[in-house]
Amino acid sequence: MNGLLDFWIDSLPQLLDGLVISLQVTGAALGIGIPLGLFLALGVQSKNRPFNLISLFIVEIGRGAPALVVLQFAYFGLPSAGLTLTSFAAAVFALAWNTGAYTSEIIRAGLESVPFGEIEASSAMGMVRTDTLRFVIIPQGLRVAAPALLGFATQMLQASSLCFAIALPELTSNAYMIGTTSFRYMEILSLAGILYAAICVPATIAVGVLEQRLGKHAQ
Amino acid sequence: MSTEILLGVAKGIPLTLAVTVAAFVFGAALGLPLCMMRLSRFALLRFVALGYVILFRSVPPLLLVFVFYFGLGSGYLPMSAFQGVVLGLGLITAANMSEIYRGSLSAIHEGQWEASTALALPIRSTYLDIIAPQLLRVSLPSTAGYAVGLLKESAIASTIGVTDITFNAGYIARMTYQGLPVFAIAALFYIMISLPIAALARVADKKLRARVAL
Repeated sequence: MNGLLDFWIDSLPQLLDGLVISLQVTGAALGIGIPLGLFLALGVQSKNRPFNLISLFIVEIGRGAPALVVLQFAYFGLPSAGLTLTSFAAAVFALAWNTGAYTSEIIRAGLESVPFGEIEASSAMGMVRTDTLRFVIIPQGLRVAAPALLGFATQMLQASSLCFAIALPELTSNAYMIGTTSFRYMEILSLAGILYAAICVPATIAVGVLEQRLGKHAQ
Repeated sequence: MSTEILLGVAKGIPLTLAVTVAAFVFGAALGLPLCMMRLSRFALLRFVALGYVILFRSVPPLLLVFVFYFGLGSGYLPMSAFQGVVLGLGLITAANMSEIYRGSLSAIHEGQWEASTALALPIRSTYLDIIAPQLLRVSLPSTAGYAVGLLKESAIASTIGVTDITFNAGYIARMTYQGLPVFAIAALFYIMISLPIAALARVADKKLRARVAL
C-alpha cells in the first residue's frame, strides 16, 4: 500500500482526461440517440409501412446485437465499405444506435401511458394528429419516461468503456494503459472504478428518488 | 470465402455459451442469499447487501472484468481469462438477480406466508416447498430477459482473449479486411441465439403462470 496515494495522485490527471472523453462520447450518443429513440418509438407504432419496417429493423438489430460488436462493425467494418470513421465518430455512431433502440422501448411505454381520453379530448377540440402528438402525448409521455431514461444514461456511461476495443482514449483505456506501463493494474483499475461509481451511484439514487416522486403524482 | 467466414465466426459459439451459462449459474445462485440479506431483520446485513447491489451496478462490466483478470490476476490470485470474465460477470449478475428475486417475492400473495404459518410449517419447508417454486415461476420472464442481456454482455470476454464469437470475428476481420460482413454475421449469431431463449421463456411463462396461487 506504500505510495498508493502518490500513485493515484500522479495518474489522476490522465484518468480525468479519459473521463472527459467518456462523458463526451456518452453525451453525444445520448444527444443523438434519445431523439432517434423518440422517432423510432413513433415509427414502430406507425401505420406507414416503409417507416414502420425501417424502425423495426433498427430497433431489433440495436437491441439484439452486443454493443461491442456494433462498435467494431462501425470502426473495423465500415472502412471496407469506403466509410472510414475516427474512433470517436465510430463510438458515437454505435452507442447512439444502441441508445436509440433501447430508449425507443422506454419512450414507447411512456407514450402508451398517456390516457386515451386525452387523445379523444384533443380530437374533440379539433386538433390535428401532429398537434396532438406535439402538445399532448409527447410532453406527458416523456415525463413518465424520464426516470428510466436517466437510468439508461448511467448505463450508457458504463457502455462507453467498451470503446477500449477501438482504441479510444477514454477512462478504461487510459487506466489500462497506465497499468501496462506501471504493472500496478489493481491500483489504477480500482481508481477508474471509483471514478465511474462517483458518477453512477448518485445518479442511481437520483433515479430512485425521481421514480418515487413520479409514483406519488400517478396516484 | 463467405462459408469460411461463417464457419470461422461460428467456432466461437461454444465459448460464448459457456461464458454466459457459467456467469448466469454463478450469479443466479449468489443472488439468492443476497436477496435474503436485503430483506433481513438486521440492518447491517441489509446495508451490506444494498451497498453490494449499488456498487456492482455502478461499475462498467468491462472494467470489473479487468479488475479481476489484470488486477487480481497479476500476482494476487492468478486466473485464466475464462475464470476472470465469469467471476466479473457473475458478480454483476448476482446483484441484478437479487433485485429480480426481490421484485418477484413481492408478487407472491401474503396469504401464502400466512397459510404456511397457520399450518405450522417449519421455516425451511415454507421457503423450499411453498415460496421457492412460485418465486421461480414469477421471476421467469425477467430472468430470461436478463439472460439474453448477459449473452450480449459476454462479448466483453473477447477483450481479454477468450475466443468467443466476437473474438473470432475480430480475428477474421483483421485477416481478410472484410470487417463489414464479418461483424454483421457475428451480430446475426447473437440475435439467432437470443431468439429461442426469448421464445422458450414465453411458452414456459404461459404454462407456469397458471400454477402460481393468487
